[in-house]
Amino acid sequence: MSAAPALLEARGVTRDFRIGGGLLGRSATLRAVDGVDLDVRAGEVLTIVGESGSGKTTLGRCLLGLTRPTAGTVRFDGEEVGTAGRARTSFRRRVQPIFQNPYSSLDPRWPVARTVREPLDAFGVGTRPERDTRVGELLESVGLSQRHADSRPYELSGGQRQRVAIAAALALGPDLIVADEPVSALDVLVQAQILNLICELQRDLGVALVFITHDLAVVEHIADRVAVMYLGRIVEAGPADEVLTRPKHPYTRTLIDAIPQPDPRRRLEAAAVRGEIPSPLEPPAGCHFHPRCPRAIDVCRSDAPAMTEFGPGHVASCHVTAAELRTRGA
Amino acid sequence: MSALLALRDVSVDYGPVSAVRDVSLEVSEGEIFGLVGESGCGKTTLALAVMGLLPRSAQVQGGIDFQGEDVLALPEAARRRLRGDRISMVFQDPEAALDPAFAVGEQVAETIRAHRPVSGREARRRATQLLTEVGIPAAERRYGDPPHRLSGGMQQRVVIATALANEPALLVADEPTTALDVTIQAQILALIRDLRDRHRTTVILIAHDLGVVAQLCDRAGVLYAGQLVEVAAVERIFDAPEHPYTKALLAALPTRTHGRGSLPVAGGRVPDLADPPPGCRFAPRCPVRMDACERVPALTSREAGHVTACWHVEAEAAA
Repeated sequence: MSAAPALLEARGVTRDFRIGGGLLGRSATLRAVDGVDLDVRAGEVLTIVGESGSGKTTLGRCLLGLTRPTAGTVRFDGEEVGTAGRARTSFRRRVQPIFQNPYSSLDPRWPVARTVREPLDAFGVGTRPERDTRVGELLESVGLSQRHADSRPYELSGGQRQRVAIAAALALGPDLIVADEPVSALDVLVQAQILNLICELQRDLGVALVFITHDLAVVEHIADRVAVMYLGRIVEAGPADEVLTRPKHPYTRTLIDAIPQPDPRRRLEAAAVRGEIPSPLEPPAGCHFHPRCPRAIDVCRSDAPAMTEFGPGHVASCHVTAAELRTRGA
Repeated sequence: MSALLALRDVSVDYGPVSAVRDVSLEVSEGEIFGLVGESGCGKTTLALAVMGLLPRSAQVQGGIDFQGEDVLALPEAARRRLRGDRISMVFQDPEAALDPAFAVGEQVAETIRAHRPVSGREARRRATQLLTEVGIPAAERRYGDPPHRLSGGMQQRVVIATALANEPALLVADEPTTALDVTIQAQILALIRDLRDRHRTTVILIAHDLGVVAQLCDRAGVLYAGQLVEVAAVERIFDAPEHPYTKALLAALPTRTHGRGSLPVAGGRVPDLADPPPGCRFAPRCPVRMDACERVPALTSREAGHVTACWHVEAEAAA
C-alpha cells in the first residue's frame, strides 16, 4: 500500500493569515496550517478530521490550489501546484472540489444542466452534441433525471443540490476530488443517500477522494486512511481501522470518546473531555494539546513532538506514547 | 411520576402548511424527553408552541397543559410571565441568544430581576453563583465580559445559566449542542444531565442527532413530517424500534459494520407539507406500506410505555 506513488504530495505546508492590522491597529498572525506533510494515493479515500480551528478547511484549499501556502509545497503528479502554464491547466482539470454548502457553491441563476456543462465548455471537451449527451449521463450517474436539468438550485432540495455539485465535479473525469464536509448540512436519511453516492462513484471511477469532516462516524464508514488535525497540525495519521481502534495520540482518543454514540448503554463519562479548544491565534507551546491532555508531562509543555511510526503507515506525534513505544522496543 | 406537560392533539398550521398534526404526548416531572426528527419534522414548531413563541401567522389547535393549566388559553401577559420563569428555553446558537453589547453576568441578573423582586446586589450574587454552577471558571471575573470574549461553549453555558435563573420547572433545549464542537458538546451534555440530577428540572431536548438523544434522554418521541410516530424509553427506541421510519433513521447512521457506500437508505424524500399524504405521512417512502396507511394510524401500545403509530406494526402484533 505504501509502495504506491503519491498522486498528491504535501510537504511542510504552512499557511498564515494576518488578522487585524488596519490603520494603527495591532495585527496578529494566525497559523491555520502548520508544517503539514500528507500524501494522497491514487484511488484511495483519505479523510481529514478535526474540530473548528483545526485548519482542515485551509489545508483542503491548499490541496486544491485555492489558497497558496505561506511555506512548503503541494505537488500533484510531480508538478508543483500553483505554478502557471500547462501544469496548471491539467491540475484544474484533474482535481475537483465539492463544498459543504450546495446553496452557495452553485450559481443560483443557472439551470442545473448549465452548471454541470460549464467545466466541459471551459475545457472544450468534445463537440456540442457530445457535451449534451455527457451532461445527461452525469445527471443520471448522480441520480437526477432529465426533468431536473432545467431546474434552478432554489427548486431543489439540499440533497439534490449536492448531487448537482457532485455531477459538476465529475464532469471532467478527475483523478482527485477534495470534498469539504459534503454531507454535514444534510439530514440523516439524505446524508446516507449522498454518502452512498459518493462512495459508489469513487469506487466505480477509481478517483482518489480527500474527505474533510468533523464526524468520526463518517470517517469510520468511508475512510481507507485518516489524518487527525488539531490546531493546524496533523497529530496522527494512518489506516482508518488502526487509528480508530488503536489511537496513539491522546487527542484522537479524546475525539473518539467524545462522540455521542447512538447507544443509551454506552454513555459518556462526564470527565472524559476537559478544557476548551485554545484560540488558534495563541496556540499553546510544545504540543498544542498539552493543556487538555490527561497524559501530559513536562516535555509536552515545551517541545513540539515529532512524528513517530507506530505501525505500517501509522504515525502520531506524542512524547508520551512515543516513549512507551521505545521502552517496549528496548 | 406525574405529567408536568401534556400535549393534547396539538396541530400547528402556517397558512396552507401543516407543520404539526395531532400530536399528543406527556412529559413527566424530572425526566429528559427527547424530540427527534429531521429538518421540517415540526420539532422546533412544537417547542415554540409550548413556549408561546410561535409567530402570529401560526394557527394552533389542541391543548397544552403545563402544571395542569392549559397555556394556550392563557392571555399573552400571563404567558410572558411563564417564560423565563417556570418555562425557559435554550436555543441552538448562543451567539444569537445573547445580547452582544451587554455583560454576560448582567444578562443572567436581568432575567432574575424581570421575574423576582430582588435587589441589584442580590441578583448579581445569584447570577455569579449560577455562572459558577454551569462551569464558567472565575465567574466573578467573567461577570462583566461581553459575550464575544467567550468561546461558543462558554457562551452556551451562559445561555443555560440564564435559562436556569429562576429555577424553571421545564427547560426546553432546542439543538443546544449542534453549533458546538464534539469535545465541547460532550461537556454541555454532561452539564445538562448534571443540572437535571441536582434540581430535578424537566428537560425537553430537541435534536436531530440520534447520538445526542441516546446519551442524554430518558425517553424520546420521533417526529416525521409533523406526525409523532413513536414514543418510548431511549433503550427501547434504540434496541427495539417499531416504526419503519425510526428503523430507517437508525439504519442510515454511518458505521463500520456496513460496507462502504451501502448504508440502507429510505428512498424518496420528505413530503411537501402544503400537500401531505392523507394518512401516515411516511407511507410513500415506507417499505411495509399497506392499504390502511391511507388513514392516519393512532399511537397504540404493545409493550408498556412504548407507543407507535403504524398499521403494519398493529397488523403484525395481531397476527
